[in-house]
Amino acid sequence: MTANFYNEMVDDEGKLRAHYRAFADWLASTPAERLARKRAEADTAFHRVGITFAVYGEEAGTERLIPFDIIPRIIPAGEWQALQAGLWQRVTALNAFLNDIYHAQEILRAGLIPPEQVLRNPQFRPEMIGVDVASGIYAHVAGVDIVRAGAGESYVLEDNLRVPSGVSYMIEDRKMMMRLFPELFSRHKIAPVQHYPDMLLENLRTVAPQGVSDPTVVLLTPGAYNSAYFEHTFLAQQMGVELVEGRDLFVRDDTVYMRTTQGPQRVDVIYRRLDDDFLDPLAFKKDSMLGVPGLLSAYRAGNVTLANAIGTGVADDKSIYPYVPEMIRFYLGETALLNNVPTWILRRPEDLAYVLAHLPELVVKEVHGAGGYGMLVGPAASKSEIENFRARILAAPDKYIAQPTLALSNCPTFVDTGIAPRHVDLRPFVLSGKGIGTVPGGLTRVALRAGSLVVNSSQGGGTKDTWVLESENA
Amino acid sequence: MLSRTADHLYWLARYTERAENLARLLDVSYQMSLLPQSVASQNENWRAILALNSLEDAFAQVYAEVNVENVLHFMVSDPANPSSIHSCLRAARENAHAVRGTLTAEMWESVNATWLELRQQHFDQILARGISEFFDWVKLRSALIRGVTFGTMLRDDALHFIRLGGLLERGDNTARILDMQYHVLHQNGDEAATDFYRWSALLRSVSAFQVYRKVYSEAITPARVAELLILRMDMPRSLHACADGIVRMLQLIANRVSAETERQAGVLHARLHFARIDDVLAGGLHAYLADFMDRIYHLGDGISRDFLVAA
Repeated sequence: MTANFYNEMVDDEGKLRAHYRAFADWLASTPAERLARKRAEADTAFHRVGITFAVYGEEAGTERLIPFDIIPRIIPAGEWQALQAGLWQRVTALNAFLNDIYHAQEILRAGLIPPEQVLRNPQFRPEMIGVDVASGIYAHVAGVDIVRAGAGESYVLEDNLRVPSGVSYMIEDRKMMMRLFPELFSRHKIAPVQHYPDMLLENLRTVAPQGVSDPTVVLLTPGAYNSAYFEHTFLAQQMGVELVEGRDLFVRDDTVYMRTTQGPQRVDVIYRRLDDDFLDPLAFKKDSMLGVPGLLSAYRAGNVTLANAIGTGVADDKSIYPYVPEMIRFYLGETALLNNVPTWILRRPEDLAYVLAHLPELVVKEVHGAGGYGMLVGPAASKSEIENFRARILAAPDKYIAQPTLALSNCPTFVDTGIAPRHVDLRPFVLSGKGIGTVPGGLTRVALRAGSLVVNSSQGGGTKDTWVLESENA
Repeated sequence: MLSRTADHLYWLARYTERAENLARLLDVSYQMSLLPQSVASQNENWRAILALNSLEDAFAQVYAEVNVENVLHFMVSDPANPSSIHSCLRAARENAHAVRGTLTAEMWESVNATWLELRQQHFDQILARGISEFFDWVKLRSALIRGVTFGTMLRDDALHFIRLGGLLERGDNTARILDMQYHVLHQNGDEAATDFYRWSALLRSVSAFQVYRKVYSEAITPARVAELLILRMDMPRSLHACADGIVRMLQLIANRVSAETERQAGVLHARLHFARIDDVLAGGLHAYLADFMDRIYHLGDGISRDFLVAA
């Protein structure tokens, strides 16, 4: 079985790939006890600092540690440059798409995407039609999930354009590796990632409302019980901006203020980690206690920037995903550099028929689902799980898409029985404002259960440090 | 800084200080209960502790009778009692958790570890090991948190709100401890020998026994004890020292609407600064302390209105 998967470290003949050679030498010369000791040290340190995430559906306030693996995922320089070019192209097109559908809707008039797919999508926000946002940027922070399959070619699995998380683990994982194994960093030239918060802050400052020369940026969190609260605290602290909750903000005369001990202070840019639905009880969910009444109105008046913009969900929706290569052609006149995974749209009768006949081979996802909840991985599912899912699909086919089960690449990983291959993906974070940027690499997630293809932390996934080498082999 | 952040920091300090002073109060009561006396008057003392916190009704709903063990359980370990040491330390931790980005790592860890350790101690074990050991632990953890706060935090508004909360709570609590013991002592009449132990236990409970010996060469008298805990500026838990700190903190955080609160704090301070103990006692100590606690309560109100829930 393993032979069918691309292995990040060794090739089909079992020979080390060039960019892993220096690491493998080090691993071979490092005593097992030292590695075990270092793994324990990492565990203690992560617990003490409290790098945890809350798990939904378990007892309120349950906090778990995301397992950290000490074997890095290594990417050679050339490979990263190609990947980065593809990411920038893709995110640029997605931003152009969002700007278009909330203005002239040329792509719909050109007939490239069925209009009802966009306009009747629950993630489409009519409130945003005709609203001009700073620099025409909607997705200021994108976390694009990349997997490698087959012979090693990359696919985009998902474009996360709403409130993608995980970047704090990318930074903490690097900090941990440098603390545990400083010698590795003198043996390799590894591109740094810890300046991400600086880049993020700079990016947010470039999209402040017009005429604001020294913008006040805040990070809006749903609060301490959100699963990503650690990350919100971390980023606010690293950027040196206030971590606010909805009740800390209020709107007067279409201007947003925060309540401080020195009286109201104007807010210009809100990096919000709160979903659209909860942002403003006057405009969206009426019973939201997390939002700020009047925020949408201040936003439409151009007095505050929201990052990401309202209504980005329509561009990362799984039913829109199949059209991204079209968008790249339409807006940029280019061919997509990154592959899309072939996708069956179950709203289409012929696709539905095919998928129902091949459920045991396919991955079926809820169109609006996220976090690995509500999906079927055919090859890993039991007969009854498949039959249950079949009933759910038949009840509402337009809620689902299906994709072939990708043979996700493997990376050597420490498990109870020693070092074994486990499936990985990669989430690079793309920042868009006046310019576009990425820190090299991203967050590598690893499925710790043997054979599992689900890397989400809520489903037992772990993380690895991700190294982009500054030269090809070291 | 954000009003909500200031609010959490202020209450983090208040709850930590409250837990410490509750440990001090219960400790002195427990020590006194070991002195020879009738069971009836002993239980009267425990009833006074409940009355002090207006908890008689809440207590009566769960416990059949007022006695040492029941009151200690209620005030130490009962999560349903919002005033128990357990509840205070939980509230301190929750406030810290909400603003952990504002705290230094060491501070967060000391508050969090205190809560995690407390959760592992069951009341039976606490009693078995000796309740005084537990009270010492609470005092020590509070001292640790205070030390880490002063030793690691930037001298900015965050620290000022923490200190303000701690001082306000401490002033109130010292007044309460003194008021209650004074009351009990007066009720019991004049048994000079027992009184010596009572007064020294009271002094010990606020870490003032050795201080008293250093400051006064005479025997322990109620008037001197009252003077030490109310008027001495150099006694860190005295009402005067607390009021002095409150005035200084308010100057540091002043904003456009806080003038009236500053004025009230100034009045409170002046009344302590220029007072003589004979005058205080002549007007009745209980009335004096009740007035002080009332003023602290109103100051807390003003601080909340001016800084913590401000629009």
